[in-house]
Amino acid sequence: MKNYADNWEAVIGLEIHVQLSTKSKLFSGASTNFGALPNTQACNIDLAMPGVLPVLNEEVLRMAIKLGKALNADINSPTSFARKNYFYPDSPKGYQISQMDKPIVESGYLDIDTENGVKRIGVTRAHLEEDAGKSLHDDFDGQSGIDLNRAGTPLLEIVSEPEINTPQEAVAYLKSIHSIIRYLEISDGNMAEGSMRCDANVSVRKKGDTKLGTRTETKNVNSFRFVEKAIQYEIDRQINELESGNQITQETRLYDSQANTTRPMRSKEFANDYRYFPEPDLLPINLEKEFIEEVMATMPEMPTQKKIRFVSEFNLSEYDADLLAADKDLANFFEAVVKVSNSPKLSANWIMGELSAELNNENLSINESKINSNQLGQLILRIEDGTISGKIAKEIFEKLWSSDKEVDEIIQGEGLEQVTDDKEIESMIDEVINNNPEQLEQYRSGKDRLFGFFVGQVMKASQGKANPKQVNDILRKKLEK
Amino acid sequence: MDLHKLYLSEQLEGIKSGKFSSTELTTHYLERISKFDEDLNSFITVTEDQAIAKAKKSDERYKNNTNLPLDGLPIAHKDIFCTKDVLTTCGSKMLSNFEAPYSSTVFEKLDNEGMVMLGKTNMDEFAMGSSNETSYFGPVKNPWNTEYVPGGSSGGSASCVSAELAPVATATDTGGSIRQPASLCGLTGIKPTYGRVSRYGMIAFASSLDQGGVVARSAADAALILEAMCGHDPKDSTSLNLERPDLTTNLNNPIKGMKIGLPKEFFEKEMPSYVEKSIEDAISIYKDLGAEIVEVSLPNINLSLPIYYIIAPAECSANLSRYDGVRYGYRCEDPKDIEDLYMRTREEGFGNEVKRRILIGTYALSAGYYDAYYLKAQKCRQLVANDFKEVFKNIDVLLSPTTPGTSFKAGEKTNDPIAMYLQDIFTIPANLAGLPGLSIPCGENAGLPLGLQLVGNSLEEDKLLQFAHSYQLNTDWHSKMPDIS
Amino acid sequence: MALSDQELKEIAYLARINVKEDSLPSLKKELEDILGLFEELNAAETSEISAMSHPLDLSQPTRQDEVTEENLREELLKNAPSVQSGLFLVPKVIEGEE
Repeated sequence: MKNYADNWEAVIGLEIHVQLSTKSKLFSGASTNFGALPNTQACNIDLAMPGVLPVLNEEVLRMAIKLGKALNADINSPTSFARKNYFYPDSPKGYQISQMDKPIVESGYLDIDTENGVKRIGVTRAHLEEDAGKSLHDDFDGQSGIDLNRAGTPLLEIVSEPEINTPQEAVAYLKSIHSIIRYLEISDGNMAEGSMRCDANVSVRKKGDTKLGTRTETKNVNSFRFVEKAIQYEIDRQINELESGNQITQETRLYDSQANTTRPMRSKEFANDYRYFPEPDLLPINLEKEFIEEVMATMPEMPTQKKIRFVSEFNLSEYDADLLAADKDLANFFEAVVKVSNSPKLSANWIMGELSAELNNENLSINESKINSNQLGQLILRIEDGTISGKIAKEIFEKLWSSDKEVDEIIQGEGLEQVTDDKEIESMIDEVINNNPEQLEQYRSGKDRLFGFFVGQVMKASQGKANPKQVNDILRKKLEK
Repeated sequence: MDLHKLYLSEQLEGIKSGKFSSTELTTHYLERISKFDEDLNSFITVTEDQAIAKAKKSDERYKNNTNLPLDGLPIAHKDIFCTKDVLTTCGSKMLSNFEAPYSSTVFEKLDNEGMVMLGKTNMDEFAMGSSNETSYFGPVKNPWNTEYVPGGSSGGSASCVSAELAPVATATDTGGSIRQPASLCGLTGIKPTYGRVSRYGMIAFASSLDQGGVVARSAADAALILEAMCGHDPKDSTSLNLERPDLTTNLNNPIKGMKIGLPKEFFEKEMPSYVEKSIEDAISIYKDLGAEIVEVSLPNINLSLPIYYIIAPAECSANLSRYDGVRYGYRCEDPKDIEDLYMRTREEGFGNEVKRRILIGTYALSAGYYDAYYLKAQKCRQLVANDFKEVFKNIDVLLSPTTPGTSFKAGEKTNDPIAMYLQDIFTIPANLAGLPGLSIPCGENAGLPLGLQLVGNSLEEDKLLQFAHSYQLNTDWHSKMPDIS
Repeated sequence: MALSDQELKEIAYLARINVKEDSLPSLKKELEDILGLFEELNAAETSEISAMSHPLDLSQPTRQDEVTEENLREELLKNAPSVQSGLFLVPKVIEGEE
């Protein structure tokens, strides 16, 4: 690959579609559950039967207001709907109810962490609209089958300013949006199931140029990794074209994740003209101040606030706080563990160490963890109060993971309490010294590193239960004699 | 007994008192339909079996003293109102095979009152037309003279009530589709305030203008049925959140001392002398009844026609996109790909007038023309609405002719869309402003009836009906019916 | 108001209505006549006037987020021109078409 970094700059804007996790659809009372049999969740409104009318789901207003506030944006009141006209078999009305002039959320921003520190990305707008159905292409004798279960599911389309300059920044921005919608519990953000989808507008220009280059829109990018790869591919492709003296065509391209390329979509005879106009079946929505305040009162603590609090309240490092706060469920788990253990640092270490490793191993989410927060808290508490050693704790952790026993039950049942009685430890040490006269001789003649050997023997004799610090202290005294 | 000569309240009284049953009344109308409608073509579907079954149930309720308010009264529904498991075509080839899996709110409300549906009435395709000649199911004839049109788009409803094949019929009005056919067929037709009658299940033409209503033989009949059609419907976001209005109690109150405004801009238009004469006669009757007559000005009202012919087609161009041959309705033969399916289904499934309006609307909304046409029309619409707001500060109702003249011969205007559009020149403004309007018979010429229009302030249907009823207590234009035997 | 053949074809395509070549001239004439009507609006002074989209000056009512519709697939699909396994069938939709 050519090294272009010195000459070229990419300008990237993202359009993110987020499926809102309402029970019913944007304009009908049909269920939004994923994975039902075709057309079993499409009512007469979703099928655009003659004479049916849309009625707005109030919950989507709450969700949009929350997102707006989390993005430091303005909430428009009145906000209104418009019809976007186009024909496609998965768009049953021949128009999509969307928002044009008065989107519910406008002029916000998001701070993301980059290699060069914090960068602020403008969010132009976020508007409500209906999702389309799906066309299925297999097994119908060369025909397509239309399933309208998804038609009418509420979406928020979040449009960024073209202020992103690298694929890495794009991913950071996307992850940040993902984290926010999960925190707000307005979407499950599942990219594989399509509840969060990303289109990327990419153009390149010579560094120092102020004029934007011709952009392309890349669709169908459905994982964080693919967003990075697709944008990188598109940047490289555009630079190559321009370096070879070609022009960039303004077009929509499709990302092919298997080949890691983008290719232009087939275009039609005439250009699209969506003919937006105000939706006459719906009136403008006045969002009363009281309503907005009521919604605000239900806003949870957001990732950035949480991170700051984790640092100040728990004395965590920025790095640890950032990792824990990025995922709401993980952060909640952490706080629950601390409540029991009273030891934030050790709790953070265990969660990001042992626990994360196990979860990764079995490909589980934090909510599917086989050890609950209370158990992990108890375990850490027992380390802190000296009942067990760290080494034993790891054994117990394994047992907790694979059984349904409780921490104290395992400790008592298997006699795993730490030995802290000086006399008991002394007698174990005496026995070890007596059994190893040669090593004692060598140690006393100056071979200091044999100290470790003695510690190991004592721990072995105690089956790992002796308090290591006490063993160290007493052993040193005995050996020096 | 000539049951069809009785007004609705008399028919209701007759059933209640046991003079005749709903089954007898219903059968009487069904027989008239089968005798006369072959010629008139006012029905697309006659629901004979269902009607008789309904009437029998109604008679049982009377026996058990569980009868409903309008129990047993027959009614015809415009074929724009969806009726579960009955063909609902909207006068189009596109829906010529469509059996709605649900019913419109209007149908359900009247059904819940015990009314008996006789059938679905013919109409201009998707309610676009003023002569009922654009129906896929053939033109409807005017019972006063079958060479003449009944008006449109609710031509079937007007024709069948005028011929007394049904005592009353539902109708819809986007730019005059209730009032114009009422005028041409000698009936009382009322379109209430936008939002009074639910649009749910009423097939959309232009969403911000469409409103359901009724054609009847008298203001009292119209009041009785309209009252039952009104009321808030949570399924229609543009339905007014108001209780059903009382339209019947004050019907007999005098109009003495109330003010009638005559829109100067309408009376400046050239009109046939018989129109002038009929309107003058009506005005003097109102004077005699104690109303005060004042000339008023609505300076922007003459913009109404162009405003309407931008906004209605623009909205219809989107409303009719759903007829694409994918989920229901007509589909062209052997489409070679999805584009071909759309293009030919819509070419073959829609008639010329519908296609013209879709194309005009598409053009008015397209990039580069939106501001000049659609946006401009919306602003002018506001001007017209403001004019009405201003005049209603000083008057109670506006009076004008409903139509520029009596009915015209079939085929006379079919090749001249603009001449056809001019039929609605007096009726369109009320739709733009969402105001209630009604037409009552007020004269005739060469054996054809003519109507008088009253437009009221928002939510003042009761006052309009009061004016209409007072007039009908003192004249007999409304009681003249065509001789069809 | 003159309409070019190309413009008319584009509008017809946007509206997905096939227009046969031989009916273009008469249709063009009809549409031009109607567009001619609209010129009356040019004289109206509207610079200070806001656009009116609805005859009602009210705020939008909403509904609670509840599932109120049951599965009525068989009933709703009975009017469909072509159905298989509960899906509406159409000629193959080419993926990646804009």
